[in-house]
Amino acid sequence: MSNESKITRVAGRAIVVRGNDIDTDRIIPARYLKEATFARMGDYPFFDERFDAAGKLKPHPFNDPKYKGASVLFVNKNFGCGSSREHAPQALYRFGIHAVVGESFAAIFAGNCVMIGMPTVTVGEHEIEALMRLSESRPETSFALDIEAKKLTYDGKSIPVDMPETYRKALVDGSWDSTGMLRANLDKVRATAAKLPYMSDFKA
Amino acid sequence: MAGRTLYDKIWDLHTVDILPTGQTQLFVGLHLIHEITTAPAFDMLREKGFDVAFPERTFATVDHIVPTDVRTRPFLDVQAEELIQVLEKNVGEFGIDFFGLDSDRQGIVHVIGPQLGLTQPGITLACGDSHTSTHGAFGTLAFGIGTSQVRDVLATQTLAIDRLKVRRINVNGALPPGVYAKDVILNIIRKLGVSGGKGFAYEYGGAVLDRMSMEERMTVCNMSIEGGALVGYVNPDATTFEFLRGREFVPKGAAFDRAVAYWKSVASDAGARYDDVVDLEAANIEPTVTWGINPGQAVGVSEKLPRPEEFSDPDGARKAYEHMGWNPGAPILGTPINVAFVGSCTNSRLSDLRAAAKIAQGKRVAPGIRALVVPGSAEVKTLAEKEGLHKIFTAAGFEWREAGCSMCLAMNPDRLQGREVCASSSNRNFIGRQGSPGGRTLLMSPAMVAAAALNGKVVDVREYLA
Repeated sequence: MSNESKITRVAGRAIVVRGNDIDTDRIIPARYLKEATFARMGDYPFFDERFDAAGKLKPHPFNDPKYKGASVLFVNKNFGCGSSREHAPQALYRFGIHAVVGESFAAIFAGNCVMIGMPTVTVGEHEIEALMRLSESRPETSFALDIEAKKLTYDGKSIPVDMPETYRKALVDGSWDSTGMLRANLDKVRATAAKLPYMSDFKA
Repeated sequence: MAGRTLYDKIWDLHTVDILPTGQTQLFVGLHLIHEITTAPAFDMLREKGFDVAFPERTFATVDHIVPTDVRTRPFLDVQAEELIQVLEKNVGEFGIDFFGLDSDRQGIVHVIGPQLGLTQPGITLACGDSHTSTHGAFGTLAFGIGTSQVRDVLATQTLAIDRLKVRRINVNGALPPGVYAKDVILNIIRKLGVSGGKGFAYEYGGAVLDRMSMEERMTVCNMSIEGGALVGYVNPDATTFEFLRGREFVPKGAAFDRAVAYWKSVASDAGARYDDVVDLEAANIEPTVTWGINPGQAVGVSEKLPRPEEFSDPDGARKAYEHMGWNPGAPILGTPINVAFVGSCTNSRLSDLRAAAKIAQGKRVAPGIRALVVPGSAEVKTLAEKEGLHKIFTAAGFEWREAGCSMCLAMNPDRLQGREVCASSSNRNFIGRQGSPGGRTLLMSPAMVAAAALNGKVVDVREYLA
């Protein structure tokens, strides 16, 4: 894998979005899925929570100037539940978020994040509360997420973070962009397929 | 040796390799695509110069954006028209079978797969849609995937994926009258939570599932993801085989018998080992209605709305009350509605329409209520019309529409306005889900939706069945 696809570290200031069970319809309303490419998704994260019907700004962390330029997102439990739309991680990524730290993530969302090279890592309830309070009170605080060593460093200290080992490897090895790796195995794929009775319509 | 689950058996049969990341490279027997989550995947294929590895294993349809009233092309919605044109171009260029608007096989992707017999026991299935778990009703391992994974399936017919644990969920006893498959799954989610299924495949069984029709099993499996489980399934049995017999893509004659032998072989062994087992008593399940902003926030129709303090996440419950505008302690019964929607991949099959029509027959939709019935596929629509269901609905004041996803997620012109409240047979009551940021959704069974439409408020459907 090429070096530029290896993702070992994300550093920057953090933005805080509180609440459990934040679904992907809230992260990006379905009407934006009518666009045929991901190119403009960065304009839409949390759109209906950030703008009223007239397009006027509503109070939301993604509108708050104090978080401008942040690249790490702090969230609570079961973030990204609901629809499988990859538009949700695409919207966050293209807005400038390159890592998400939370208590837990919904399965499809976390998988989609890895597929685009965006780590999602978990910490405990008390740890996320402390991180959220820190960024809310001192938004200039810088965080460095070390994916290789699974730790988050800030204010001169480090705390452990967790993530599935398969996701960690995919990111640090650069194999999160998986098509090439899978495609290299096409002979084995054909051999596996040939053994499945339905692939030949159950012919005797 | 401990017995194996269906999940283990199908997983092992479809394992191509263990990847350097530790993930499994899993062969995908059937890939279904629709217009929404695929366009960038085809672009990525072109960028990388890859072809589609097994074009005969992918089938396409249009469902999310299609208007359900006037379907003439070009669509009035310019973006929707562009997206459907992109899909038409992609399936043409890459040689993929396509059931378009003019096809009698068009419909919601999770309705047409089973209807055509494409969905079969013992296969792996992937689709860029979280409700792909629906197909698990057939003893299929079915995964909802994102767009980059759609790209991988197109380019390799495989996924890089982690193995799940298996939780067996037994629904014991028998369902009381007026209680449907929808109520079963809403109660499973209420009991186990919206993230309780994280890391698990759900195997549904017990006397209630054994007796269910395939359509009912599909309703249960459909909402697995609402409980946090990526995969849900029911072991295949005689009900499954009889449903499939004679369908377009199902083998015929001696090949059918060989297929049944394979299908039987993948069912979980009697002594299979599960990572967790949960039991539910059907007798305790009432017609169920969601009151909040996720599918786990549900009550039986005779219950009062819970207090935030009763939840492990009181702030989450308060946020739900803030959006919905109800008060804790109030009854759900009598909650006024503005719109009634029968449809979606959860509840738009013939049996769902029959259940709603049974309630609506000879009655009238309450004044001021907008009521829609949207069949899940062109075929469901035809079959319903043969039985005269459309006449029952239109005579009662329901609109009878063409097939599509419609107001489940409001990507077509069917959507809520302002603060409207919708009694809906769909699967998600998320904020803004039905097209209005202030809109409110009450999930319930199709029969309960029909009863709500007639009364302009939430009522107990059991009153109609007494």
